[in-house]
Amino acid sequence: MIESVLVVVSGLALALGCFFMVSGAVGLLRFPDFYTRMHAAGITDTLATFLIVGGLMLIAGWSLALFKLGLILLFIFFTSPTASHALAKSAQHSELRLAESRAQYPEPAAVAAVEPEIAVAADTADRI
Amino acid sequence: MRYTISLFAVLAFIWLANSGHYSPLLLGFGLLSVVFVVFVAHRMNIVDSDSQPLHLLLALPGYYWWLFRKILRSNLEVVACVWRGSKSLKVSLKPASARITTSLRGDLARALYANSITLTPGTVAVDIDGDEILVHALTADSLEDLRRGEMEARINGLGVLKKSC
Repeated sequence: MIESVLVVVSGLALALGCFFMVSGAVGLLRFPDFYTRMHAAGITDTLATFLIVGGLMLIAGWSLALFKLGLILLFIFFTSPTASHALAKSAQHSELRLAESRAQYPEPAAVAAVEPEIAVAADTADRI
Repeated sequence: MRYTISLFAVLAFIWLANSGHYSPLLLGFGLLSVVFVVFVAHRMNIVDSDSQPLHLLLALPGYYWWLFRKILRSNLEVVACVWRGSKSLKVSLKPASARITTSLRGDLARALYANSITLTPGTVAVDIDGDEILVHALTADSLEDLRRGEMEARINGLGVLKKSC
């Protein structure tokens, strides 16, 4: 009885986790610029990983695998903010620097200025 | 000394949980590697209350629970943003960045605060400069939420600064 409940709950958690993973990926594609896309990636970092690893933990039973999954979850929660921060900081050091004075970030002009460059790069890549 | 013992215990636990082999030879190898890592950590001078926050052991689970619920809420907000139609996406998405002043003192408290901000979807701590943390947020609301300072007050309430040795 308990086992079948566990299987159902774990299946639900896995399905929800997959949904959040897909949401993160869709957000990554839909959001307009680098920094907002990083927020979308944050969904896959936290809730989606938690649901998927948690769902796996439910069906692992009392075994070593349970501990290992717990450790994976713990390390992901410790390392993912470091990775996001490294991304943001390196963007800050490059051309994507956040405007200091303006509170509002999206700069259509800057985005428009960057896009043609990428297009040019793609063109040259095609020729090569 | 207590930090050395706690580091040894944590490393031994991780080794035991990951190995799954308990023959004397392999246990001996495990002991050797744990002792070696503790030795290296000592030489690097990182065995202290910052790397082993023992004085927070009782207070941290409560904070993690609060942080977990906060992560859950802000996750749902970001997911709602993701699935909006493209017209309302432009309206609802108001990315903003601001420098938020913090009154927290000490490396551990600030690292905890900045990492909590980054772990919460919708806000990312980009840089720490003196007393100011540069935060980028998906919506201006979450910036306001940070300014209200509930997270900061909770970290302050942990007694991060209390040196207990």
